[in-house]
Amino acid sequence: MGYCPNTPDDIRDMLAVIGAASVEELFAPIPADLRAKSFDLPPGMSELELMRLMREKAASCGADITPFIGGGIYDHFIPAAVDHLSSRAEFYTAYTPYQPECAQGTLQALYEYQTTICRLTGMEASNASLYDGGTAVAEAALMSLRITDRHKVILDGSVNPLHREIVTGYLHGLSAEAVAVAPDGCASDLAHLMAAIDDETAAVIVQSPNFFGSVQDFRELAQKAHDHEALLIVSCYPIAMGLVASPGEMGADIAVGEGQSLGNPLSFGGPYFGFIATRKRFIRNLPGRIVGETVDHQGRRGFVLTLQAREQHIKRHKATSNICSNQSLCALRGLIFCASLGEKGFGELAQLNYDKAQYAKSVLGAVRGVDLLNDGATFNEFTLALPKDAAEVVQRLLDQGVAAGVPLGQYYPGMERALVVTVTEKRTKDEIDRLAALLEEVLWS
Amino acid sequence: MELIFEKSVSGRTGVRVPLSDVPKAAPLADAVRRRDPVRLPEVGELDLVRHYTNLSRRNFSVDTNFYPLGSCTMKYNTKVTENAGGLFASCHPMLALLPGGDKLVQGPLAIVYELERQLAEITGMEEVTTQPLAGAHGEMTGIMVIAAYHKARGDQKRKYVIVPDSSHGTNPASAAMAGYEIVTIPTAPYGDMDLDLFRQAMSDEVAAVMLTCPNTLGLFNPHIAEICAIAHEGGALTYYDGANLNAILGKVRPGDVGFDVIHVNLHKTFGTPHGGGGPGSGPIGVRGDLVRFLPTPRVVRRGDGSYGVEDHPEGIGRVSDFFGNFGIMARAYAYITLLGREGLIEVSEQAVLNANYMMARLKEEYELPFDQTCMHECVFSASRQLEHGVHAIDVAKYLIDRGFHPPTVYFPLNVKEAIMIEPTETESKQTMDAFIEVMLEAARMAKENPERLHQAPVTTPVGRLDETRAARMQQVCCE
Repeated sequence: MGYCPNTPDDIRDMLAVIGAASVEELFAPIPADLRAKSFDLPPGMSELELMRLMREKAASCGADITPFIGGGIYDHFIPAAVDHLSSRAEFYTAYTPYQPECAQGTLQALYEYQTTICRLTGMEASNASLYDGGTAVAEAALMSLRITDRHKVILDGSVNPLHREIVTGYLHGLSAEAVAVAPDGCASDLAHLMAAIDDETAAVIVQSPNFFGSVQDFRELAQKAHDHEALLIVSCYPIAMGLVASPGEMGADIAVGEGQSLGNPLSFGGPYFGFIATRKRFIRNLPGRIVGETVDHQGRRGFVLTLQAREQHIKRHKATSNICSNQSLCALRGLIFCASLGEKGFGELAQLNYDKAQYAKSVLGAVRGVDLLNDGATFNEFTLALPKDAAEVVQRLLDQGVAAGVPLGQYYPGMERALVVTVTEKRTKDEIDRLAALLEEVLWS
Repeated sequence: MELIFEKSVSGRTGVRVPLSDVPKAAPLADAVRRRDPVRLPEVGELDLVRHYTNLSRRNFSVDTNFYPLGSCTMKYNTKVTENAGGLFASCHPMLALLPGGDKLVQGPLAIVYELERQLAEITGMEEVTTQPLAGAHGEMTGIMVIAAYHKARGDQKRKYVIVPDSSHGTNPASAAMAGYEIVTIPTAPYGDMDLDLFRQAMSDEVAAVMLTCPNTLGLFNPHIAEICAIAHEGGALTYYDGANLNAILGKVRPGDVGFDVIHVNLHKTFGTPHGGGGPGSGPIGVRGDLVRFLPTPRVVRRGDGSYGVEDHPEGIGRVSDFFGNFGIMARAYAYITLLGREGLIEVSEQAVLNANYMMARLKEEYELPFDQTCMHECVFSASRQLEHGVHAIDVAKYLIDRGFHPPTVYFPLNVKEAIMIEPTETESKQTMDAFIEVMLEAARMAKENPERLHQAPVTTPVGRLDETRAARMQQVCCE
């Protein structure tokens, strides 16, 4: 039942060695009045029954809906090799590589992952992964407080609202402040962001592409932040890095993001991975595990967890973060995804997302009464203004089997008619055309 | 072995990107366009498959080696639960947050809800949230709940969190991230947090005390109820670190003992794979009057039996993007359902039996600082081997040469040269006997040929690595 292999004979022999009369006797150190008052669970079942039950649950998980939704999580194609290789039991049933000689597989893969993240983001040092996109933004904010010894971050309102909530929560307990700057339409309000930076500012946090899908140039913002010895933190969407200027190119000091789109299935919200990368001079302030290259006594190259003096198991309450388990296996999937596509494929994939979204923009923007709200460039998401309440429209289109987008009213009061539409490489021209037809129908029939 | 980047050949392609069925768009404006392509490796699919397959073979893992890593509960990860967890791959979490979207994702919402109920029953807590993404994340969330509780009572002066010196490093680190100062209580000669020093440290400025039970020595603290009572008398709350829950499934429920907040590591107790360092999952449970402080959103069961997602306005806010590491939660739900009540009780009984057997057979040769019945793990010291110049790490490395993943070494910090062994319930006597023989052999070798232990490992692709050089060079990605 519990996958316990010992036979009654084994158990008898073991008890004899221990000198105990029964297994129950081993629980004698537990005072009788502390014993469980209840343990009311059903009996176990067979594999067959379990899979029957789980398939029943999986039957109702929206798998037949055509998703034009993103919100930080994207429906991308995953090459078959990603599943096969990450399912190698030597990867997925190992633990944190505390003993490097028998964990070179995990360690080298994480080193390759760190390299990949640095190249995607245009940064110089990455850690071995964080939990998810939201907590990655929060960890970057905390990192900026440590680096600058200041207590205020400026948080752009066009950053994913779920991520902003997490940042605010993380800062709250530390008596640090997050100053919110509202977006200007669908764009970061660069003038107000720059005006908000002062000598108390640890960092400015922006997102590219932002929650509305807009892509902006943050170079001037970076300059202004640096003039005040503050940092620029850019949260980015890794698939976009095949086409859109990287945080590094924009002058960012810390790049973070949600890694899900790199080879991790939607899986109802996780597991995914967060990534964080920075300039080499800030490496000691990174949270979490870092893998470094070294040699053994014979000069052979090998990899180890390094700069561990930052971490909780050594520094305890003075650690750069409490993080211990991170998302290694998801990071491995991200690495294999990127390596499957390669330099050329990755660029093509980004271009395809862009082309499809631009096509969808033109088709959906042509629907009667629908306007495009983004002024400038977008990647694979954009924001539409509908002539009706967007939540209502989305609800009606869900009945037709299409998730038309994320209505903005719940996150941006006053934007009840705005809808963020996501178009990945998986959406076909036919699906896009059908969305346009359905939209027309729901709006005007 | 070469890096994947070193195997790259310009112009070689792997997986094919689909052809476009839409017109090519006007190029992105220069100011926001990436200048150079992302320098990713250019390899064929077979190159890729061989590379990562061969890399994987440079790992020890539960499926290939006995892995008695103390405090980590490296039990066998059942394969059927892997299949079960994978059934939800195409489910977009945003669907649940769309107006009217919850009815499309009733299956996964039911799993979140039912898993929370299962964990509440197993731990004796009122309600559970699955949002925290790992054990340490659960700790931080739990301490944020405790902070919210004190704040709601207008009790603003509590600024300390108490931890024993034997605690996991994450405990003080998590409390610090939630804004608290840390008071560390030494371990008494009897192996638990010193009760007198704890009493002295308690004051109306203490917000919480965090404990692991069984403690990190693998011992059940007989004073645990008293500690909870002292904390509560002083107005502090008690936090249970669930890392060692595997020892007490069906035997003790932290909620019954008097704990107010707990976290559970699904990747330890509930059989989900460790993934080479994650993903984990760290749900927290709380007592009745703390439920209102749990993070938003909550998955609820409505009167008509359907499931929905609700904001939790009084709560501490959001700690992760959606409902937690759902794929891991689905595996844990499947594991609990598969084993059922009797199976889970068998888990704790066999885990404790195995650990005591290990302890009984090794204590002749290895120093056992606290010689009493242990729970799911036992902690030795290599102090006798040290007399011959052999450290715990030398024994650990020799085990690698003999095909065993080493136990946890140098933790807990309050035992010199610690060797912490957690066999788990899924190992057989025969596997443990083989491990024990090698441990005894290492003890003999420490006396007769310590040099062999210093040289270990010699069978691995690399020998002992120069960690000082790694820290100095800070080479964390290839050029």
